[in-house]
Amino acid sequence: MDNISSLNYFIPELTLTLTILVLIIYDLFLKKEESNYTVYVAAAGLVFTLVMLLSSYSNVETSLFLGMVAHDPFSFFFKFLFVLTAFFTVIISSTSLEMKGKFHGEFNTFVLLITLGMFLLVSATNLLLVYIAFELVSVTSYIVAGYLKDSKRGSEAALKYVIYGGVSSGIMLYGFSLLYGLTGTLEIAEIGRILSQNNSGNLTVLVSFLMILAGFGYKIASVPFHFWAPDVYEGAPTAFTAFLSVGPKAAGFALLIRFLNTAFVSQDNVNMASWGALEQLAWPEIMMWISAITMTLGNLVALKQDNIKRLLAYSSIAHAGYVLMGIVVLTQDGLFAMMFYLSAYYLMNLGAFFVVLNVADRFGSEEIDGYNGLVYKAPFLAVCMGIFMFSLAGIPPTVGFIGKFYLFAALIKGGSAYYPLAIIGALNSVVSLYYYARVLRAMFVRGEAVDSEMPIIKTPVAVIGMLAFPVLILGLYWAPLSDFAHASLKILITH
Amino acid sequence: MITVGLYHFLVVSALLFSFGLYAVMTRRNAIGVLLGVELILNSANLNFVAFARYGIFSMDGQLFALFVIILAAAEAAIALAIVLNIFNNFRSINVDEADSLRY
Repeated sequence: MDNISSLNYFIPELTLTLTILVLIIYDLFLKKEESNYTVYVAAAGLVFTLVMLLSSYSNVETSLFLGMVAHDPFSFFFKFLFVLTAFFTVIISSTSLEMKGKFHGEFNTFVLLITLGMFLLVSATNLLLVYIAFELVSVTSYIVAGYLKDSKRGSEAALKYVIYGGVSSGIMLYGFSLLYGLTGTLEIAEIGRILSQNNSGNLTVLVSFLMILAGFGYKIASVPFHFWAPDVYEGAPTAFTAFLSVGPKAAGFALLIRFLNTAFVSQDNVNMASWGALEQLAWPEIMMWISAITMTLGNLVALKQDNIKRLLAYSSIAHAGYVLMGIVVLTQDGLFAMMFYLSAYYLMNLGAFFVVLNVADRFGSEEIDGYNGLVYKAPFLAVCMGIFMFSLAGIPPTVGFIGKFYLFAALIKGGSAYYPLAIIGALNSVVSLYYYARVLRAMFVRGEAVDSEMPIIKTPVAVIGMLAFPVLILGLYWAPLSDFAHASLKILITH
Repeated sequence: MITVGLYHFLVVSALLFSFGLYAVMTRRNAIGVLLGVELILNSANLNFVAFARYGIFSMDGQLFALFVIILAAAEAAIALAIVLNIFNNFRSINVDEADSLRY
C-alpha cells in the first residue's frame, strides 16, 4: 500500500507521536516541582491511543508504507499490551517517592517514546525499520535506566546497559549486513523467499542468524546475553524496571517470532512448521539448549538473591526461558502458547514490581527481609503480592498456571524430541517454587503484628488491584484471553 | 596491480569487527569500550556499502549505512553523557571500578 493511504492505518502511532510532542512542549512551561502534571497529558494521550488502536483493528493482514510496516492482528495484540503497560507505568511513576523532585515530564516523554519504538518494532517488516525501532527502544531505555542521576546504582546500571546494548545491537547489525549480502534485499519476506529457493544449509546463513540472535537475545534477556538484566533492573527507577521487564521483552519476542516466521520458517500446513532455510543446521537443538540454559540459570541464581528486584530480575530471565520453549516447537500451538504466556507474564510481573515499588516507598526496603510481616502492615499489598508470586510460580488457580500448561502442552504435542526440554522445564518450575515461597514466607509467616500508621497512597494500590484481579479471574476463566491470542495468530507473511 | 573487489572489503570489515569486539572485551576505560562499539557498527556499515556497490542490488545498503551513522551518533551522545555521570558518581571512568551492583 502506498504512503498516503497507509496513514489511515497508522493513526495510533501518529496519536502517540503527537502526544510525545505535546508533552515536550507542555513540560517547557512547567516549573520543576509542577512537572508531575505532565502525567495527565501522558495518560490522556495513551487512552486516546488505545481508542485509536481499537478502532483501527482489522482482521486481515495489510502491508503499509510500501512493505515497511505490517498491520496485522499479531501486532495489534502486542500493541494493546504496550499501551496498557505504558499507561500503568506513567500513572504509578507519578506517585513514586523515588521519582519525587525529578523531572516527571521527561520520564513520561521517554516512556511514551519507548512505547512508540515498540509499536514499530512489533510491526516492522523491513530490516532497516527493525534496526531503527530497535535503537529507538534501546537508546531511550539507556537514558531512563540512569534516570536517578545521583545514585551510584543508577549510573552504573546505565553504563552496563549502554555497553551491552551497543555491542549486541552492533553484532545484530553485522548479521543484518551479511543477510543483505546473501539475498540482496532488506525486506524480511523477500529474504525468506530467496533463502527457501537456494536451500543449501549455508554456513553463512547460520552465522548471520546467530549474530542477529545476539540482538534479539539481548532484548528478551536470554542466555548468554542476560548479564545486563539484574544490574539494570536493580539500578533503574522501579517504575521503569516494571516497564522494562514486560514491554521491551515482549517486543523482543514479537520481533523474534515475526522474523523467524517470515524469514526462516515455512508454515506448510496448520500444525507443522519446518525451519526452512535452517533445517540442515540442527536449529531446534540450538534453541532447545538456549531455552534450557536460560531457565535453569535464571532459576538457580535467583535462589540466592536477597534483593527482591534482583530476585525478580533472575525470575524474569527464567521466564524468558519458558517462553522460548514455544520458539523451539514453532507450531501454531507454540506461538499461541507464547502469546498467552507473555500476556499472563505481563500481568503478574508488572504487578509484582508495582508491589515492590509501593513497599519500598512505604517501608523503605527492597530486601526480602523487609517483607517480614507485610500481611500485618499492609494486608492488601501482601495478598496481591501473594497472588503474583503464586502466578509466577505457576500454581493454580492463576493465569500463570494456565500459560505454563499451554506451553508444556505445545511442547509435548510437538513430538518426543522435545520431551527432555519439557522435563527440564518442569524441574525448573519446582526449583522456582522455592524462592517465590521465600517471599511468601517472609510476608505471611515471619514478623509479628504491628500497627503502623503509614499513610496509604490510593492510586498505586488501585493499580495493583487492577492487575491482581485479572490474574485470578483469568486463572479460572481464561477463554477471553485465549480467544484473543488465537485471533491474533495471523502474521503478515508476504505482501 | 590488483583490482580491489568485494572480498577485500569483506576482509577489512571482518577485521574491523574483530578489533571492535576485542576492544570491547579488553578495554577498562569506558571511552575505549565505546570506541570498540563504534568499530563494530562501522564494520557493518562497510559491509552494507560494499554489498550495495558490488552486488547487483539496489541502493538499500547505502541508505542503511546512512541511517546507521545517524543512530550511532545519537547512541554515542547518550553513552558519553552516561560516562560523564559515572565520573561524577565514581570519580573514575574505568568500567571495572563501577561495581556497586553485585550479588
